[in-house]
Amino acid sequence: MSLFDHKVSDLHELLHKKELKVSDLVDESYKRIAAVEDKVRAFLTLDEERARQTAKALDEKFSSDADKGLLFGMPIGVKDNIVTKGLRTTCASKILENFDPIYDATVVQKLQQAETVTIGKLNMDEFAMGSSNENSRFQKTHNPWNLDRVPGGSSGGSAASVAAGEVLFSLGSDTGGSIRQPAAFCGVVGLKPTYGRVSRFGLVAFASSLDQIGPITRTVEDNAYLLQAISGLDPMDSTSANVDVPHFASALTGDIKGLKIAVPKEYLGEGVSESVRQSVLDALKVLEGLGAVWEEVSLPHSKYALATYYLLSSSEASANLARFDGVRYGYRSPNAKSLLDLYKNTRAEGFGEEVKRRIMLGTFALSSGYYDAYYKKAQKVRTLIKQDFENVFETYDVIVGPTTPTPAFKIGEKIDDPMTMYVNDILTIPVNLAGVPGISVPCGFDGGLPLGLQIIGKHFDEATIYRVAHAFEQATDYHKQKPQL
Amino acid sequence: MSRIQAEQVKHVANLARLAITEEEAEKFTKQLDAIITFAEQLNELDTENVKPTYHVLDMKNVLREDIPVPGLPQEEVLKNAPEHQDGQFKVPAILGE
Repeated sequence: MSLFDHKVSDLHELLHKKELKVSDLVDESYKRIAAVEDKVRAFLTLDEERARQTAKALDEKFSSDADKGLLFGMPIGVKDNIVTKGLRTTCASKILENFDPIYDATVVQKLQQAETVTIGKLNMDEFAMGSSNENSRFQKTHNPWNLDRVPGGSSGGSAASVAAGEVLFSLGSDTGGSIRQPAAFCGVVGLKPTYGRVSRFGLVAFASSLDQIGPITRTVEDNAYLLQAISGLDPMDSTSANVDVPHFASALTGDIKGLKIAVPKEYLGEGVSESVRQSVLDALKVLEGLGAVWEEVSLPHSKYALATYYLLSSSEASANLARFDGVRYGYRSPNAKSLLDLYKNTRAEGFGEEVKRRIMLGTFALSSGYYDAYYKKAQKVRTLIKQDFENVFETYDVIVGPTTPTPAFKIGEKIDDPMTMYVNDILTIPVNLAGVPGISVPCGFDGGLPLGLQIIGKHFDEATIYRVAHAFEQATDYHKQKPQL
Repeated sequence: MSRIQAEQVKHVANLARLAITEEEAEKFTKQLDAIITFAEQLNELDTENVKPTYHVLDMKNVLREDIPVPGLPQEEVLKNAPEHQDGQFKVPAILGE
């Protein structure tokens, strides 16, 4: 049994009773990493020396001061697009291979205030563009449930490290499903908060109107605690929202009697595998048994979400990634005589294929003569997609469906065809376009591979999502199963 | 007929400041054509009277007090620069020879 089979609240209790030290938790992380990391390959950088020093300092502090927060001493992994001062941050890109940030992201500062211990930085698709971690320029992360399979992406390292027991929990980021899809593939709990709930300051921008940082954990309760620690208005991010942060864990009452669930017919239709469909229907029975009611609804513009997303996210990415020019930081091409050559060669050599493809698409969609036809059109369709959600939420408390159309696919299976890879995200993308929160919780297995149930809520109503996810989790035992590594 | 031509792809690559080879231009032409063809399905929708969503939250003009604070120390800022000299970022010649 691993220490990380305990919930945060149980570990906190053990620390409090002095039956456990922070050093034991950090030990557990690095021992597990030493044992399984050559198979999983979730980490790009480890911060072992500093983590052990921090653990020691916290243990000394603890003996003289018993009043510590719930996350005190908990070992965490951080996705490598979240900047960490003095700890290499690469976005899994050659262009940032040796980038040593000079400040901490707001979420990292908040973790420090909560006194967690950062174990290392986690692999991802380059600049968070991808659904399999195969777009990392450094290594492929493997799914702990089946090493021939992808962990999902782009927060694949974040999900795989938690599933493999290398860390207690982690932070990921989600632009079109990048927290929820890998959480589903790896059998863990992943939440994309409402747009604006968590500061994006220090998150290397991919698509600024869609990106959100969120927690990946083993249980819903831990997820609520971690979100609590990272949420809130930040003067450094003008898109962070000035709204109250409720005590999320208080929502975990187990009581969902009378809750009204909407099930979009588009989420159980074409392209969704039979095993996934069945697992969702079974989950709905469980929720019904707990007193909730569900009805089929329609989100009629769902089929347009994928095209809308790729136009908008790529357009924003093409602007955001303009900053990587080989001048102020990052890789610089040695093969340049003029400044223009320097830009072009640096970017050609520094970026991988998927990143270039999206920069090209975005530049095209924003270019003179095409802006109205593609970019502005997509912004208008985004309004229709957002309205679909608003209409359903007038009558229902949550929307429930699958997180992904299929379980984890094989490494190499989809990498050669961008469109096939993109279709993976059809059930998660609309949530980002609407800016609403969504969670993935384990809801079954197909051939030994985990499946995820997606629960979507109203703007800033993560509390209700957590209440439903927790009630479902307590009524099932999917989250108790662990991969054999 | 395909929507995207190789010449267009080269033009866009120049705008995006990406050096591309002939092979890449050919490949991107095919792939972007497939993606754009797929995206054309948005034209099925009448959006004449629909307002665009640039931002999902109803926030406007987020203002704050303009309080001067010290900037980052120069040595920190230059730390990650591939090349610098006399406290400035160094680049190759901007004007042609």
